[in-house]
Amino acid sequence: MTTALPRTDVAPVASAKRRRRAPGWLAVVPLLAFTAIAFGLPALAILDGAFTVKDQTTGAASYTAENLSTSLQGPYLTALVGSVKLSAISAVLGALLGLPLAQAVVSSRSRALREAVLTASGVLANFGGVPLAFAFVATLGNAGVLTVHLGLTDKGWDLYSFWGLVLVYLYFLIPLMVLTITPALDGLRVQWREAALNNGATGVQYWRHVALPVLAPSLLGGLVLLFGSAFAAYATAAAMVGSAVPLVTLQIADALSGNVLVGQENVALALSLDMVLVAGLVMAVYLPLQRRSARWLDA
Amino acid sequence: MARRLTPWRWAVLGLAALYFLVPLAASVIFTVDVPGHGVTFDAYTQILSADGFTSSLLLSLELAVATIVVVLLLMVPAVVALRLGAPKLRPVVEVVCSLPLVVPPIAFVAGIVTVLKWGPDHLSRTPLFQTFVAIQNPTFPVVLVLAYVVMALPFVYRALDAGLRAMDVRTLVEAARSCGASWPQALVRAVLPNLRGALLNASFLTLALVLGEFTVARLLGFQPFAVWIYNVGGSQAQMSVAVSVLSLLLTWALLLVLAGAGGRTRTASSRG
Repeated sequence: MTTALPRTDVAPVASAKRRRRAPGWLAVVPLLAFTAIAFGLPALAILDGAFTVKDQTTGAASYTAENLSTSLQGPYLTALVGSVKLSAISAVLGALLGLPLAQAVVSSRSRALREAVLTASGVLANFGGVPLAFAFVATLGNAGVLTVHLGLTDKGWDLYSFWGLVLVYLYFLIPLMVLTITPALDGLRVQWREAALNNGATGVQYWRHVALPVLAPSLLGGLVLLFGSAFAAYATAAAMVGSAVPLVTLQIADALSGNVLVGQENVALALSLDMVLVAGLVMAVYLPLQRRSARWLDA
Repeated sequence: MARRLTPWRWAVLGLAALYFLVPLAASVIFTVDVPGHGVTFDAYTQILSADGFTSSLLLSLELAVATIVVVLLLMVPAVVALRLGAPKLRPVVEVVCSLPLVVPPIAFVAGIVTVLKWGPDHLSRTPLFQTFVAIQNPTFPVVLVLAYVVMALPFVYRALDAGLRAMDVRTLVEAARSCGASWPQALVRAVLPNLRGALLNASFLTLALVLGEFTVARLLGFQPFAVWIYNVGGSQAQMSVAVSVLSLLLTWALLLVLAGAGGRTRTASSRG
């Protein structure tokens, strides 16, 4: 009898454990199944199409890297480089301008100001796309209010250019930076600053040796997020410049809608793959940085 | 210390206010001060009667509601389960929910267009073909909901994860369970009320995403709100800017309503 007792004790525990674990798996399954179809299929289609060439006459498909090499030549390469340049410059500017704004908000004691700026940032960071483009066209476009009243055209101003796009992109990148960096700035303890000052450091020294090193992962992470966001933007550019500025998103859209040449769909997919690779690189930098900053600021 | 910084802070805030308010103010001026007509509000009065305004706005709102429902139904059980029963799946879900960030919308839609072409090309004799036709029904394009749910995953995951991090789910559920609640009761009546802020946050982010979404809808040939604004912009500059201003105000209003709803229900539940 005594040998049988432990066995009856163990069995309910094990079954209870199993019962508790089962819903865990089950609850995640719908999510995984959904993404497998809604995200997995298009992703596979990009991969498959980017490496496929269809013979126009016979209709036979064969696997080749031809599309990818086409996508890295001539106007396609110009567009890719243009996109990277535009995103890099606007991301750096957005980070440089967003940081002081966030710091001004965090260091002020006013709760109302903080709430107002963060709410506004939440709205403006999502205010991309067509409405943003039209708002800027109305302000600084050829017939825009500021352009006409200040006579900017004579001074060489052109909204439908590279720097015009940078100016417009900053409108949603700066709020995005404010949203990203504010939690990190909140995480800077007053005690760190006090300790630094008690040890004779100046304000500048505190920023250089304490605050910035702690903030660095968040800052870099924000920078990378801004880059990705600018790199993927299509609507703003499409509504504003048409194709005056070569960008990879505009090229893909043109090729997809058959504006350029018939049979360019697979080059569009190859360009998409190029974009995915760049964005993937960006994420590979971003995620570890985010984890690192979380470790400092959560503790 | 704080006093010495004050002028610097005001300069930064002032410049930011200038940069963010001037385009909005200029847009309003642009719409009401038409050259040759003086001050007129025609651009705003014409919107309601404009062709396609109501239908495109309704389509966008329907898509938004459907997307929010689907994404929350998929994500809430999953993220709660990650905390309770399946912590080992956490990296998997994290990666799955980050993947859409790696595929920009334009690349995503290029993939979708290709998949949708498989319908007529390869599947025309199978029952799947009917599904392909059905999800592209222009009165309610389910394919857009599928795409938007995928695009919303990263934001919703982050919002819900932040909400769950702020509370001790395990203790909460165990407390509810030892008070005699069943599993569904514990989830719906103990966990979800504590997640209200995160749920509202996730819903708002999704709403903003769907209302402003242009890339996927345009390249798939549907006409929700953002695509309609774009199409109007070609012919009626004043009205398109007027609608742009209104759409920003609409986003603000929705945000305030959501914030208000969150605040009110919170006080109601604390009383009850």
